[in-house]
Amino acid sequence: MEIIVCVKQVPDTTEIKIDPVTNALIRQGVPSIVNPFDKNALEAALRLREKHGGKITVVSMGPPQAKEALKECLAMGADHAVLVSDRAFSGSDTLATSYTLAAAMRKVGHCDMILCGKQAIDGDTAQVGPEIAEHLGIAQVTYVSKIEISDNTVRVERENEDGYAILEVELPVLLSVVKSINEPRLPTIKGTLKANRTEIPVWTAADLDVDTEKLGFKGSPTQVRKTFTPPQRAHSTVIQKDTAREAVAELIQKLSDAKIV
Amino acid sequence: MNFVLTPEQEDIRKMVREYAEKSLAPTAAERDEKELFVREIFDEMGELGILGLPYPEEYGGSGSDFLSYAMAVEEISRACASTGIGLSVHVSLCSWPIFKYGTEEQKQKYLRPLAEGTKLGAFGLTEPNAGTDAAAGSTVAVKDGDSYILNGTKVFNTNGGEAEIEVIFAATDKAAGMKGISAFIVEKGTPGFSFGKKEVKMGIRASVQRELIFENCRVPAANLLGKEGAGFKIAMSTLDGGRIGVAAQALGIAQSALEHSIQYSKERVQFGKPIANNQAIAFMIADMATQVEAARLLVYRAAYHKSHGLPYSKEAAMAKKFASDAAMAATTNAVQIFGGYGFSREYPVERLMRDAKITQIYEGTNQVQQMIISGSVLR
Repeated sequence: MEIIVCVKQVPDTTEIKIDPVTNALIRQGVPSIVNPFDKNALEAALRLREKHGGKITVVSMGPPQAKEALKECLAMGADHAVLVSDRAFSGSDTLATSYTLAAAMRKVGHCDMILCGKQAIDGDTAQVGPEIAEHLGIAQVTYVSKIEISDNTVRVERENEDGYAILEVELPVLLSVVKSINEPRLPTIKGTLKANRTEIPVWTAADLDVDTEKLGFKGSPTQVRKTFTPPQRAHSTVIQKDTAREAVAELIQKLSDAKIV
Repeated sequence: MNFVLTPEQEDIRKMVREYAEKSLAPTAAERDEKELFVREIFDEMGELGILGLPYPEEYGGSGSDFLSYAMAVEEISRACASTGIGLSVHVSLCSWPIFKYGTEEQKQKYLRPLAEGTKLGAFGLTEPNAGTDAAAGSTVAVKDGDSYILNGTKVFNTNGGEAEIEVIFAATDKAAGMKGISAFIVEKGTPGFSFGKKEVKMGIRASVQRELIFENCRVPAANLLGKEGAGFKIAMSTLDGGRIGVAAQALGIAQSALEHSIQYSKERVQFGKPIANNQAIAFMIADMATQVEAARLLVYRAAYHKSHGLPYSKEAAMAKKFASDAAMAATTNAVQIFGGYGFSREYPVERLMRDAKITQIYEGTNQVQQMIISGSVLR
């Protein structure tokens, strides 16, 4: 079972403060973390490897410091990590990003499954995963909350607003996973030491079989005209506990899990 | 001179901090209040490789160093000092003498499960009438064929009753004084080995200290650690390392007091401004921060010495004395800064103050540290 996991290094939104004057996010000095949903994807991969054997390669596209995120994935137990990094990739929108990452996946070689988080907590587009599948011409299932493999078939539960749908797909497949699929493990001391000793290769545009016109700013048809806060969706959760203290504790936990506070 | 940690050390600190904040901090107050020793915490730390952090992989350890280990104790204690001492006793006082003085067979049989974290360790030296005067203990071990028969009582035994493996000191030759003491590895469940009362304490209430009772307890001669009569030397050299653990524990407590004081003094408003704007408060925090930083340098240097095979007895004594005094001062001032809320159990600083006190007492009182330091510098 060869698995590729896509991860993105994102700013830790729990640490982001808002500028009281401009209402803009102050990103300076904000620590970077592995996108939380991508950790769920890696955890899913680790569990599949425990059951079916194989290798896990973690791939990230980003600036050189994204190696830190890959190091954390190695510490959690990934076998290999690759950083896809080149000035030529800067300004990439989701299309150029997925095009570049798809080329990197071809270079990694044979793989049975690609796992992604459902979306990144900074851009929140949820587009890169599905677009990779399109570029590679393989099947995809998004918002997956359960994965079971038998022979060449994978049976998944796909979350939707009302519950979940059960789907069966043949390998190779790209799955994007939701938070509820698992609780990502913490790295061990041994894993942390191993990660520090593992070389993380950096692939540039020259290492990939790509059309340079489709990379970076040039390859990005998306233009951001303006950004705004979308209207609230009418969806609420009622927390009922014995005491106000317990209820507040759970509320804070939920908000913190959702990276809102 | 280089004050920069290696990426490896940085990552270990980050990893342990994440674990401590996620798994220990949220329950620390409750475990203190209810005096709960939670074994699952040690199982988790075992799985993460924290319990065998400085020992080689060939003995089930994580293959890191003693500086990373000291930082791990600091981070764990920053969240929960009770867990910090359990960890320090396991790694420094039980695993280390087996690593240092044990035979290959003893290491495979006892160090491996300790380092892998499947078994918990403890160290029995102190007796009701032998505290600082550790050689005055009345526990005896009499050779009988292929075994020794132990009789006596140990007190204040951290992890006692929970630990599967104990390193126990007993006189094999009473007339020889400190040269007649020997060390033994004793397994929980050995007939004649039982547990007495559990201590009820002022601080570190989520750690467990019990009385150990040996009544004609037959221990295989193969479990003699080092040579007969080498026990006192083993105990003293083990305590040198244990002091680094306690110093790191004190450092973690002091760091926590500092962080709480900074946060609270910026949030608490009196007379229309945060109390941090008053120099009376700001200067207390300045001194606290300076003491914590100085303590950190002493603790890390002692740990560095141990990692690199340099002498560390004096360094560990200095680190232990300074860091524990810094922790006592920082936590006392933290309670002062919090005022009435600091005295209340609603806030965490009174727990820090109760936890800090023991760091000036155990692993050799701070007066013993002064004896070691003065003995070394006046030599």
